[in-house]
Amino acid sequence: MALFKNFSIGAALAVPISYLANAVDVPLRWWQRVAGQGGMISFFLIPNMLIFAMFVIVPLAINIVYSVTGGTELFLTERSYVGTEHFDRLLDCSEYTDPNSCREDLFWIAIWNTVKFVFTQVSIMVLIAMITALILNGKIRARGFWRAVFFFPVLLSPVVVGLIWQWMLQRQGVFNFFLFQFDMESINWLTERSWAFGAAVGVSVWAHVGFYVLILLAGLQAIPKDLYEAAEMDGTKPGRAFWRITLPLLWPNLLVVIVLALIRAVQIFDEVYVLTGGGPGTSNLYLTQYIYEVGFASILRNPGVASAASLIMALVLVVLTLAQLGLTRWRDKQ
Amino acid sequence: MNIASFLTARRGKSRWDWTDYFTFSWLGFGLIIMFGPAVWLTLSSFKSPAQLSEFPPTVLPYVAQTVEVEVRGQKKQLPLYEVKLDTGETKVLAELRRIGIISKLVDPADPETTYKVNIKQRTPVREIGLATENYTKPLKDFNFGQFLYNSVFVTVFATLITLVTNSMAAFALSKYQFRGRNGVLLVVIGTLMIPISVIIVPLYSVISSVGLLNSLWGVILPTVATPTGVFLLRQYMLTIPDELLEAARMDDASEWQIYWRIVLPLTAPALAVLAIFSVVWRWNDFLWPLIVLGRKELFTLQVGLNTFAGELNVQWHFILAMTVASMIPVVIVFVFLQRYITTGIAGSGVK
Repeated sequence: MALFKNFSIGAALAVPISYLANAVDVPLRWWQRVAGQGGMISFFLIPNMLIFAMFVIVPLAINIVYSVTGGTELFLTERSYVGTEHFDRLLDCSEYTDPNSCREDLFWIAIWNTVKFVFTQVSIMVLIAMITALILNGKIRARGFWRAVFFFPVLLSPVVVGLIWQWMLQRQGVFNFFLFQFDMESINWLTERSWAFGAAVGVSVWAHVGFYVLILLAGLQAIPKDLYEAAEMDGTKPGRAFWRITLPLLWPNLLVVIVLALIRAVQIFDEVYVLTGGGPGTSNLYLTQYIYEVGFASILRNPGVASAASLIMALVLVVLTLAQLGLTRWRDKQ
Repeated sequence: MNIASFLTARRGKSRWDWTDYFTFSWLGFGLIIMFGPAVWLTLSSFKSPAQLSEFPPTVLPYVAQTVEVEVRGQKKQLPLYEVKLDTGETKVLAELRRIGIISKLVDPADPETTYKVNIKQRTPVREIGLATENYTKPLKDFNFGQFLYNSVFVTVFATLITLVTNSMAAFALSKYQFRGRNGVLLVVIGTLMIPISVIIVPLYSVISSVGLLNSLWGVILPTVATPTGVFLLRQYMLTIPDELLEAARMDDASEWQIYWRIVLPLTAPALAVLAIFSVVWRWNDFLWPLIVLGRKELFTLQVGLNTFAGELNVQWHFILAMTVASMIPVVIVFVFLQRYITTGIAGSGVK
C-alpha cells in the first residue's frame, strides 16, 4: 500500500519485525505439529479473546453482581446480597416526570436531561447532516475538500472540543464580541441554564455531524444517476424527485444514521463534562456522568447503585443496538 | 483559475438560481463554523495574558514593541508608547517607569529629556508577534512533557497490540472452520456497541484486582481487543480467496507463515484504516484514563489538559497553548490520512 511505501521509518521497522516473525515460526511449527490445526486456531484466537473476556465479558458479569449487592467495597466477596434494593431505590418515584418526588432525584434529573438532550441533538444533527450531504452530492467542485471540512471536528478529542468552545463561549469570548458588535447584551452562554443546554447541544452537533454527513453522502452517491436523468426527461420537478427518488432510496441509510446518533447521544459525557462540568447546577447532568459520579467521584460513592443505573442504560442501548443491527441487515438486503 | 472560482465553480448549469446561493452560503458558513474555532484557538494561543483579557479581542496576536535606550550609562529594554503630550503633539516615547497614574517617559532619540504624563494619554505601540512563552513555559514548569510521553506510549502500544491481536483473531474467524466459531462471532458482534460507560465500575475493580491501577497498561489493555477491529478485519479477510492459502500449504508453509506472509500483506488497506482509527481513539480517550490514572505523573495529555484547565482557571494563555499542542497529531492525521478515514467510514460505518 502506498501509505507505507513512502515511509522510510516503516522500512526500517520492517526488518527487525520480519526477523521476529521468522524466529516465532520455529516454535509455532512445532506447536502446529503437536496440536494440529485446532491448536493453531486457539493460538490465533486466544490473545484477543482472553483480553476481551477479561475486560469486557467479566466486567459485564460483575456488573450484574454489583447491582444486586450492597456496600462500598469493590471486592465481590465483601459485598452482601441485597436483591433488587438498588433498582427499587432508583425507580422509587411518586411521579416519574417530577425528579423532586424521587428518592434518587439526581438519577431522574439525569434521565430527563438525557431524554431532552437526545431528542434535541439527534433531530438537529440529522437535519444538518442531511442538508449538508444533499448539498455535497449536488453539482459542486472540490467535493472531497468540503467533505473534509465538515469531517474535521470529528477527529478532535472531547477535551479539546470542550476547551475550544469554553474559550469561544466564555464571558469575554468571541460570541459575546459578535453580540457587542450588534449592540446586544452579552450572554452567559455557559452559566445560564437554558443557554448552557443549548451550548451542549450545539457543541456536540458540531463535533459529530461530519461523521453522519459521510454515511449519508455515501448513501446518496450509491443512488443510480440515471433515475434522476429519467425523471428530468419526464419533466419532474427537483422537489418531487427528492420525495419520490432520493428519500425512499436513502431511507435505509437515514434510519441507520438516526439509530447510530441515538446510541451515541444516550452516552453523552466527555465534551459536555469538560465544557460545563455538568452545570450550571444539574442542567447538563447526563446519565453517564451520573454513573461516573456515583461510581467514583462523589463522597456518597455507591458502586451498586452505579451498576444498577448502568444496567438500565445498557438495556436502552441493547434495544437501540438490536434495532441498528436489524436495520443494517435490512439496508444491505435492499 | 484562482481558489475562489475553483471552489465556487459548478458542474453543469450556467445561470445562478437560489439553490446555488443557498449551497454556497451553507458551505461558506460551514467552512467558518467548522474550521473557525480551531483557527481562533490557535491565534489566541499566541497572545499574551494581557491581550487575552482585552475586550473587544483583536484577531492577530500582538506583542508590545520595545526599544533599547541608554539611560544614565545603562542600556535598557523599554516598552514603547504613543503619547499625546499636553502641548497637543503626539510622540513615540519609551516608558522608564510608572508611578500610580503618572508615567515617566523618555525620548529614545534624545535620552536626556523626560516627560511626565497621565497614563490615559499613552497607548502601547504594538507589532504582530507571537507569545511563544505560552508554549515553552508549560513544557518546562508543568508536566506537559510527561503527559505527552504518556499519551504517545499509550497510543503506540495500544495500536500495535490492537493490530496484532485483532488481526490474529480475525484470521482465525475468517479462514478456519471450527466448532463454536459462530458463537465467538456472535459474542464479538454482540459487544460491538457496549460502551465503556456501561462497564466502568466493574472494569475498575477488575483492573485494580490485577494490579493495573495507576499504570499505563491499565489504560491500554481494556481497549485493545476492540470488537470493531476484529469485525472490520474479518470482513476484509473474507474477500481473500482460500485457494491462495491452499497453494501455500502445498508449498509446506506453516499456518503462522500463511497468516504473516500471505493474509496480513493482503489485508494492509484494512489494517491501515484500523491503525488510523486506533491512533485517533487512543489519543483522544478521556473517561477511562481519568478513572484509572490517579497520579499526576501518569496522566495522559487529555486527562492532564482537563485537570490543568480545572486548576488554572484563569491562566487561559497556557490552557490554549496546551490545547493546540495536543491537537497537532490529530491535525497531522487529518491532513495526510483524511481520505483513508473517510472512505473507511463510508465503507464500514464504524467510528
